[in-house]
Amino acid sequence: MGEIKLESKVPKGELAEKWTKYRGSMNLVAPNNKRRIDVIVVGTGLAGASAAATLGELGYNVKVFTFHDSPRRAHSIAAQGGINAAKNYQNDGDSTYRLFYDTIKGGDYRSREANVYRLAEVSTEIIDQCVAQGVPFAREYGGLLANRSFGGVQVSRTFYARGQTGQQLLIGAYQALSRQASTGKCKIYNRHEMLDIVKIDGKARGIITRNLLTGEIERHSAHCVVLATGGYGNVFYLSTNAMGSNVSAAWRAVRRGALMANPCFTQIHPTCIPVSGDYQSKLTLMSESLRNDGRVWVPKKMDDVMAIREGRMNGNDVPEEDRDYYLERRYPAFGNLVPRDVASRAAKVACDEGHGVSPTGLAVFLDFAAAIERYGKAEAFSLGVANPSEAKIRELGEKIVKNKYGNLFQMYEKITGEDPYKVPMKIFPAVHYTMGGLWVDYNLETNVPGLFALGEANFSDHGANRLGASALMQGLADGYFVIPYTIGTFLSGEIRTPQITTDGPEFEEAENAVKARLERLMGVQGNQSVESFHRRLGKIVWEYCGMSRNAEGLKKGQQLIRELREEFYRDVYVPGDMNEYNPELEKATRVADFLELGETMMVDALNRNESCGGHFREEYRSEEGEAKRDDVNYTYVAAWQWTDKDEIVLHKEDLDFKNVELKTRSYK
Amino acid sequence: MDMKLRLKIWRQKNAESKGHFETYEVNANEHMSFLEMLDVLNEQLISEKKEPVVFEHDCREGICGSCSMVINGRPHGPVQGTTTCQVHMRTFKNGDTITIEPYRAGAFPVIKDLSVDRSSFDRIIQAGGFISVNTGQAPDGNALPIEKEQAEKAFDAAACIGCGACVAACPNGSAMLFTSAKVSHLSLVPQGQVEHSKRVQDMVAQMDKEGFGMCSNTGACEAECPKEISIENIARLNRAYMGSVFGSQK
Amino acid sequence: MWIFNFLFKSSIGRKLVMSLTGLFLITFLVVHLIGNLQLLYGDDGATFNQYAYFMTNNPLIKFTSYGLYFFIILHTIQGLMIAFFNKQASASKYAVNTNENSSWASKKMALLGTIILVFLFIHMGDFWFRMKIGWISYVEYPGYDVEIANLYERVVITYSKLWIVIIYLLGLLGLAFHLNHGFASAFQTLGLNHKKYTPLINGLGKAYSILIPLGFAIIPIYIYFINR
Repeated sequence: MGEIKLESKVPKGELAEKWTKYRGSMNLVAPNNKRRIDVIVVGTGLAGASAAATLGELGYNVKVFTFHDSPRRAHSIAAQGGINAAKNYQNDGDSTYRLFYDTIKGGDYRSREANVYRLAEVSTEIIDQCVAQGVPFAREYGGLLANRSFGGVQVSRTFYARGQTGQQLLIGAYQALSRQASTGKCKIYNRHEMLDIVKIDGKARGIITRNLLTGEIERHSAHCVVLATGGYGNVFYLSTNAMGSNVSAAWRAVRRGALMANPCFTQIHPTCIPVSGDYQSKLTLMSESLRNDGRVWVPKKMDDVMAIREGRMNGNDVPEEDRDYYLERRYPAFGNLVPRDVASRAAKVACDEGHGVSPTGLAVFLDFAAAIERYGKAEAFSLGVANPSEAKIRELGEKIVKNKYGNLFQMYEKITGEDPYKVPMKIFPAVHYTMGGLWVDYNLETNVPGLFALGEANFSDHGANRLGASALMQGLADGYFVIPYTIGTFLSGEIRTPQITTDGPEFEEAENAVKARLERLMGVQGNQSVESFHRRLGKIVWEYCGMSRNAEGLKKGQQLIRELREEFYRDVYVPGDMNEYNPELEKATRVADFLELGETMMVDALNRNESCGGHFREEYRSEEGEAKRDDVNYTYVAAWQWTDKDEIVLHKEDLDFKNVELKTRSYK
Repeated sequence: MDMKLRLKIWRQKNAESKGHFETYEVNANEHMSFLEMLDVLNEQLISEKKEPVVFEHDCREGICGSCSMVINGRPHGPVQGTTTCQVHMRTFKNGDTITIEPYRAGAFPVIKDLSVDRSSFDRIIQAGGFISVNTGQAPDGNALPIEKEQAEKAFDAAACIGCGACVAACPNGSAMLFTSAKVSHLSLVPQGQVEHSKRVQDMVAQMDKEGFGMCSNTGACEAECPKEISIENIARLNRAYMGSVFGSQK
Repeated sequence: MWIFNFLFKSSIGRKLVMSLTGLFLITFLVVHLIGNLQLLYGDDGATFNQYAYFMTNNPLIKFTSYGLYFFIILHTIQGLMIAFFNKQASASKYAVNTNENSSWASKKMALLGTIILVFLFIHMGDFWFRMKIGWISYVEYPGYDVEIANLYERVVITYSKLWIVIIYLLGLLGLAFHLNHGFASAFQTLGLNHKKYTPLINGLGKAYSILIPLGFAIIPIYIYFINR
């Protein structure tokens, strides 16, 4: 392969006018031509469903693929906290620029300015669109939309629907998609997994899928392919991702020439329920909104720590002066609301120093006692209760907290069996989101012409760390408001291209390659389950490429993953048959791809000799132990190519900051 | 605490074949989720080179609606307002025998073991479960205030995760709770009023076409719904449907 | 036609038929009970027999009674067809069954309805049919031109047999359970579900389902014991 030139294709002009001007001058596809053009969308989460629905509305013939039994089950549904938009409904100084700036700063200056500005710009339209679709956002008594604040920002710009914002937004997008399905503009292929991309003359022209119920390998063609297949957090095995979330679609694109950008930028969410045992299959997130009212702490004295671990006392028994509210101590300006990466790392430091409060030593307290008291007093006052007793204050306070976080508290109690109204919650960071993803330009097109990537599947907007409530924003921005325009830049050149036939040699080759891969996996007939390999991979990635990394560990990690991959193809056991419903085979293809991605992550993390956002290299930190960026040498996107000879090759896109000054992020 | 369990699990090769129960022994512990306990069983089966039990699951945090099984006669098991994936083994006792079956309803044919085909739900939504607004047509989000209580009510209905427990629990295999929750969500917000009448008729017609049974108000759906959606929605649907039949031109 | 499609093809319309006919029958039961309680008047049936004569000869009531027969038949046929359809829609049964999520009666409405239907045949055979074909004695009362049927005597004869009393009590038990679910259910089907009123309707339904069958049950029991 020749040298790959990474062109960001960012339009010229003032930052604030780029998108408007570009939209007004880009090439379009006329309605009569749209009818003749086919588009494949893979994935039906927020980005995929919204893109498919909107492209269908515009008149394209859309084929939508999901491995789920229904588009509505995509993991966007699990997002709890909310969605950001620069509406400034609260009159607290929010603006497009501020949202842009917060996102760039929160991302530790490793994202592309123009993309982020566009994201902030269209954020307001997303809220309007969702309200019109009937999304039941939280409202004030006056009937207007309510907002709450989130980590890393100083304004209230997060719109929410209880603790199920992702669900409600996804249902909105799913309904829009269903509407297009009813008109025939979108054809939905449920229970179909994409296993390869088909390129004809260098352009993405189709995909190979496996019908998960019958095992049939199918060819599907289109004028272009849009991937909206989510992130790769499950490379860690334990994450807050759904069990089925995987990297395979994106990775297959990489194996066909696309580049994987910044794969080491993974987000560790600070407030998850701690691991309880080896059998654990996934981690459960507790919305970050809890940090609005919860105070994070660990006991100062080791005696208390040990007593708590052994169950001899609980958090409430520790006197106030023996508690270390370490976030408030270390970051007085933002306190418990520091960005996710900072909060996670601080928890790790507290536990590394031995103050962890669960039997495994890997948990810190998130305490609502102060909030309950504060709300209780205020409520007693507003109800006119004179000299309320402590019990009364508690009762009133618990009621308020229940209104705000009831479903989260309930979920916590279901999982842990402990009542968080009575004893402090125990939390620990867990892998949650991956900022890295397929490299895309301003049009969201990968370096493979005609292959687009949206949402978490691309790398473009969050840099090295994502702010809370921004994932939903990006997914819907890409799907509703960006791709419907930018896809025209490619398709306007394709209006004379007739329908793509699936009979060509390229489809033949891709189908055979898929079959060969499946046969290879089925043929090993070894002794270890797919799950056991996935667990081992996850442990390696978490150990060496988790919350903190160092060169030596990363090299070791890469070596271990290579060995594991070799062992996988020698000793994996996939039961059943290829030509039937076989979830174990599905897992096997996904783990095979995770094994390659995991290695790429190690290489990327080793290459990036700095600490930024979610990527913390122990060698690169300030005297106070905070992350230390190297803007001179690493202000670039590291986009990795996986060659035919299994080499991992770096390509760089330099990031050019014209509108913001690169500063050390400080939340002190 | 470790526990030893006997599992009676429905095994069925495919839609055409006749299923049967098989009994397995499994060692679990009280902190495991129900699905993690099944993971342990499957790992055990794989190590014996037997076919693992197929069951649907994904998010494992009670929101995607994938899990579909009937535990000791109850969809999603014994815990009120909880999906299977959120049921933890501390609910059971050491030495218990647990019977696990797929959802059984005419409109939900078994695909394999504990997995059933719920695509009929998608078709009900496609019949009219949406508000027809193209991207870009929306007025400002605050242009139309909605009473807080009304928005909360719409949310209560919209909380449906489409898992199908209502159908599984219903002695008639009726999908009224699902359909009514969907209709209610959209009819309780002012944006949904415009298409209300048509939506109600089309969705009910599709529901009937899919072969779901007729509601006899047993309330089993409401009792088993993991999101505790109320049969008040069914009454609302009845009202809306009659209103649209008698009150519209169609 | 749309109304036919609605009432006999659409699921909600078919249920509406059940609800409306059910409510009519519920109303009928009250009238029937009030009338029958005259059996306990203690005047050797004079009041009751005259009441029965009025009920069988007044043209308006006669007309209503045809409506009643029609609604009973409609309720029965529609109910059985729904039950048959639902049996198919619910596919096979679970190996473990639980009553934790719904009442026994609510799931056995068709069975209970069938018990009531059988009882109805027996009941009609005992009185209505005998009267129609004249297997009954007649009495004279002042103020009447004709002899009128001594239905009271027939009732006393019928309820003097213990096994018949037991059959009646069983039939009424079935009715009690049927009403226990049916009363509130009829309102839910009509779309009447309200935070404030539904608990009231439910309470009323429970009370009705106990009091009405109990009221009917008193009659055979009282007569059986009084005539021993």
